[in-house]
Amino acid sequence: METQDKEGIYCENMKILEASRLNKRFGGLTAVSSVDLDVKEGEILGLIGPNGAGKTTLFNLLSGALKADSGVIRFKGHDITGLKPHQIARRGIARTFQSVKIFSRMSVIDHVRLGYLFGRLESGGKDEAEREVCEILEFMALASMRDALGRDLILANQKRLEVARALAAKPDLLLLDELMAGLTPTEMAAAMELVKQMGQRGITIVMIEHVMKAIMNICGRIIVLDHGLKLAEGTPEEITENKTVIEVYLGE
Amino acid sequence: MKTAGNKYGSFIALITLLALLVGVPGYMSSYTVILITNILMYVVLTLSWAIFSAPTGYISLASAAFFGTGVYASALLSSSLPLPVVIVIGGSASFTLAFLVGSLTLRLKGMYFTMFTFGLVELVRNSLHWWEVNITGTVGRIILSADNTAIFYSMVGIFVSVLLVSYLIKRSKFGLALESIGESEEAADHSGVNVTRVKAVTFAVSAFFMGAAGATMSMRWTYIDPTTAFNIQFSFMPVLMAIFGGTGHLYAPIAGATVFSLLEEMLTTKFPYYYMLIFGLIMLAVIRFMPHGLEGVIEKWRHRIKRESIVRI
Repeated sequence: METQDKEGIYCENMKILEASRLNKRFGGLTAVSSVDLDVKEGEILGLIGPNGAGKTTLFNLLSGALKADSGVIRFKGHDITGLKPHQIARRGIARTFQSVKIFSRMSVIDHVRLGYLFGRLESGGKDEAEREVCEILEFMALASMRDALGRDLILANQKRLEVARALAAKPDLLLLDELMAGLTPTEMAAAMELVKQMGQRGITIVMIEHVMKAIMNICGRIIVLDHGLKLAEGTPEEITENKTVIEVYLGE
Repeated sequence: MKTAGNKYGSFIALITLLALLVGVPGYMSSYTVILITNILMYVVLTLSWAIFSAPTGYISLASAAFFGTGVYASALLSSSLPLPVVIVIGGSASFTLAFLVGSLTLRLKGMYFTMFTFGLVELVRNSLHWWEVNITGTVGRIILSADNTAIFYSMVGIFVSVLLVSYLIKRSKFGLALESIGESEEAADHSGVNVTRVKAVTFAVSAFFMGAAGATMSMRWTYIDPTTAFNIQFSFMPVLMAIFGGTGHLYAPIAGATVFSLLEEMLTTKFPYYYMLIFGLIMLAVIRFMPHGLEGVIEKWRHRIKRESIVRI
């Protein structure tokens, strides 16, 4: 078990996540090829690229759903390569899924309770827990449907519920996999506002997104993947002007 | 969420049931005592089956393996140890077996897991049979039986324990984790739930009570061999009874097992030749007309009266 004092190794404004030379192959297909990824504490990083570029595979490697064939992942100064998803979750990396994975017969509030009770290395007493759970529901605008079942929510709310469950773990790093997909323009605007607010709360965010408006608006830095390779990296301005990126992904 | 009045009601119902049960040996015939012991055995098996299989959706057919392990633990020890100790050891042996097997095989999903658990019963039964024939040189064992009243009270004790444990699990953080596993293992895992361990521990806890029930029943049978101890019927009955009763509320498996075993008792005595046939027809009718079992009917009726949202224990 890691001890608390070890966490002092990393300092503020440093890299919260350092992944180096990550490789993942599925049979003959190289999904992620020698990718280096550094995430600075407090930033909102966008991950874009065509379908099949390896974005979700990268998320799966970072969150432990898949084991990298080679490469090292360090989080808050510790090597987390090869840890199981629940171990990584407890160390402070929370995620959502491309196709929502909510618990259909579980109430909204229980989703958040689960995130709170299991996603942290240590949690407060019962009153403390209930207070924080309610706070998260308020923040996510889910308080009015706290007793509804997961399956009874509309897609936009199911996506918010996934984020709420992730937030309840009090993550240092949040991986959002296509939060905007399938949302109406109004819902999308609300979701963008939400991501910004989470960023202001000091949560480091990496988001996979196809909605360019959202990416350009929210992210301080963008990484472009294509065929498992890192194609480009930079500010939104740099990315929109990058010739290769335009060719491969953005289009003229 | 449950209203206070409702909780109060279930509590009173339970106390009344227990009070009636405790009095049974005093004013009932020994036939009735044995009948109720038998019913309680099925109630215990169904409740413990539901501890693991109801929330997770992993359909286990291993009950007979754990029940039989309890039976044999009792056969080996009952002559030298007091009944409660034998029961705890029988339960613990099943717990250990389930934990080991569960840690290795709960990666299997759906049908594969079910087939494996079915195979486990055969594996344990045949291994034991081989052992008895080749090593100890026996086929069956004669057990120093306890009297029916002692067996009855032991079964009541196990029933109360399994009910209490089911209730506590449902209300706890652990129960929440189990439910999440049944919905999406991936999401549970990424939320910090140690999925493999939660599944293995729960599987083992449910096996503990099956083993305890086996250790108790063993003393009623006086003669056992691997075929009776590991009868696959002990695997199928809890599943059928859970389907018959339902698993959403704690009363449902109890009701299912009780009605089902009474039915079995009635049919075997009245129609010894046709009872399996009638049984099958009843089961078909239940699945066709009562898809949520007795529970579905009872809940529908409760809602008509109270017009409240669905409540859970």
